[in-house]
Amino acid sequence: MDLLKQIAMALQCGDSDGIGELLQQALDNKLAPKEILDRGLIAGMNVVGDRYKKHEIFLPEVLLAAKAMHMGMEKLKPLFLKDEVVARGRIVIGTVQGDIHDIGKNLVAIMLSGAGFEVIDLGKDVPPKKFIETAIEHNAKVIGMSALLTTTMPIMKKVVEGLKEKGLDGKIRTVIGGAPVSNEFAAQIGADGYGYDSVQAVDCIRKLISLS
Amino acid sequence: MPTNDNLVNPRPFLRFLSDAMIERIITEARDILSKLGIEIHNQDILANLQGHGAKVDKSENRVFLTDAIIDAALKTTPGSFKLYDVLGNETHDLSGYNVYFTPGSAALNLLDGKTQQIRKPVTADYVNYAKLVSVLQNIESQSTAFIPCDVHELISDSYRLYLSLLYCEKPVVTGAFTIEAFNVMRDLQIAVRGSAEELADKPLTIFSCCPTSPLKWSDVTSQNVVDCARCSIPVEFISMPLSGFMAPVTLVGTLVQHTAETLSGIVISQLTNPGAPVLYGGSPAVFDIRYETTPMGAIGTQMIDCAYNEIGKYLHIPTQAYISLSDAKQLDAQAGLESSMGATLAALAGINSISGPGMLDFESCQSLEKLVLDNEICGMTLRLIKGIQPKEDFPALPRFEELLREKHLLISEHTRKYLAEEMCLPGKVIDRANRTRWQEEGGLTLVERARTEVDELLGKYEPSRLPDKVKKELTGIMLKEARRCGMEKLPEILI
Repeated sequence: MDLLKQIAMALQCGDSDGIGELLQQALDNKLAPKEILDRGLIAGMNVVGDRYKKHEIFLPEVLLAAKAMHMGMEKLKPLFLKDEVVARGRIVIGTVQGDIHDIGKNLVAIMLSGAGFEVIDLGKDVPPKKFIETAIEHNAKVIGMSALLTTTMPIMKKVVEGLKEKGLDGKIRTVIGGAPVSNEFAAQIGADGYGYDSVQAVDCIRKLISLS
Repeated sequence: MPTNDNLVNPRPFLRFLSDAMIERIITEARDILSKLGIEIHNQDILANLQGHGAKVDKSENRVFLTDAIIDAALKTTPGSFKLYDVLGNETHDLSGYNVYFTPGSAALNLLDGKTQQIRKPVTADYVNYAKLVSVLQNIESQSTAFIPCDVHELISDSYRLYLSLLYCEKPVVTGAFTIEAFNVMRDLQIAVRGSAEELADKPLTIFSCCPTSPLKWSDVTSQNVVDCARCSIPVEFISMPLSGFMAPVTLVGTLVQHTAETLSGIVISQLTNPGAPVLYGGSPAVFDIRYETTPMGAIGTQMIDCAYNEIGKYLHIPTQAYISLSDAKQLDAQAGLESSMGATLAALAGINSISGPGMLDFESCQSLEKLVLDNEICGMTLRLIKGIQPKEDFPALPRFEELLREKHLLISEHTRKYLAEEMCLPGKVIDRANRTRWQEEGGLTLVERARTEVDELLGKYEPSRLPDKVKKELTGIMLKEARRCGMEKLPEILI
């Protein structure tokens, strides 16, 4: 089996230790970091996502793979900077103002990081202004927002409107999630996407920034 | 703080009857058997019982069973027995509170998966059924679940067993419709095992043998009991009192009748061959006086089942009941609620062989789609009776330190070690997606999901590992029997 396939396979097994060694071997063999990322790590992660959707594996396996992915990315990141290749994109994420229920948001952050995105996690109780300013400052492509309470859902709309006021709608995309949120609500407030679970949220963001 | 890490909780269980009540019911049943007797329309059996000292009224085919005869029979009745698959591997230990599920048997109709209309099943349906059972994880044995209409009715019993032995490795709950059919059904089993001795040593089937309420055995069913006993083929006695019609309206009165009829079966079996394996089974029902029907999903029916199981356990005999099934005509909410209520009560009561999955419409209609749903119900109840046990839960502090440190326990070693046994993850028939995912995956109804699942599971079927030589021998026996009944060849099937 070629080295990239071995990396993809180790990633599917969530073998963080194995990934480290295989990446080193790949680099020693002068494989380009982008090739290792795309045809090794990301290829493996895509399989993991597909298998999750088909109910062949479950969340713990996906998270283990995401953890291995994150480790792999950490190893490759310095090399990317040299080659001026940034990760798959920067995402600003947080639980909206007035809401401290961040379990789902944390899960999405782990999955995004595992899928090769750079995640700036603003935590919980995040005001609309903070989302927008951080996204602009870090040149993020997407703002991800979560809410558990129906009373905090309107904050999401404020972020969407704030981006529009600055003429950034279409440039910085918005994705929302959380138990009371739905596709209908996303359409109603003008958000670009809705993620109904952590794996699907990654898919949704991937599609939005046309990286899949 | 307590440091005992060996704390274990008891298995959850259900009980309706006190020991004193059980004893009284048995005493009353004995009284009926000795004073009113039981009708047995089989002269050989009457003669045999007379030889053992029972008083016989030949003009009425009635035998009066004394305490001494009943005690002698109970003394030799095995407290447990095992079942083995077609390859000879042990699959069932029918003892104590062990629980196994088997599909409901002998339906006349099939609820067609595609049209959801009932029709008469044919050979291809039976083959699909046997293939499906072979991949259902929570259904441990086959039953000869329905009667293919494309063969002569005189071989419809043996033909079902033939197909089951050919396509599925699991042991079979079955029964003979005639005295003659028993021989060919025995020969099919001997072909699988290699010899009559091997078959006696490793039972492959259980034969349902039904007395007729009230207090009667027909020639065929009583002879079936004798024939099975002679070959040490296990029998499940299926007494069917109907509360309020062919039995007292009260549950206790019905239990007295069930006990009397079942004890009479035990006497026939044990006086033929002491030690022959039997299940203390049944299919009683409360009678629905509005529709003149015998609801298997009625709570009263299911309470009688659980209670006679307690009487069987009191007598140290493994038990069986037709309890995990429904009277609904379609795969609807009633089908699910009645089947799951029955399965849950039966599992908690510790009924050893629980019959019913797949069955609808008063035991007259099988459905493959219901079978895959019921497989999930069985899985949940099997999880239920494992109860709540600690698994490296004490001391709790380290786990919570880990939780606060890592922010979640999704990939904790403890989670990965115990996830599968603690959580009962059902298959795709049970919908646990959030609404958006459910919609994106087609917004399928339960019937549609079950239909898809049947097809997917049939795709996973692997042929039985029974040697080809034996399969050919089975076909030879079956063909000979078919020709005896005027059929030149068997329906076309693919092995």
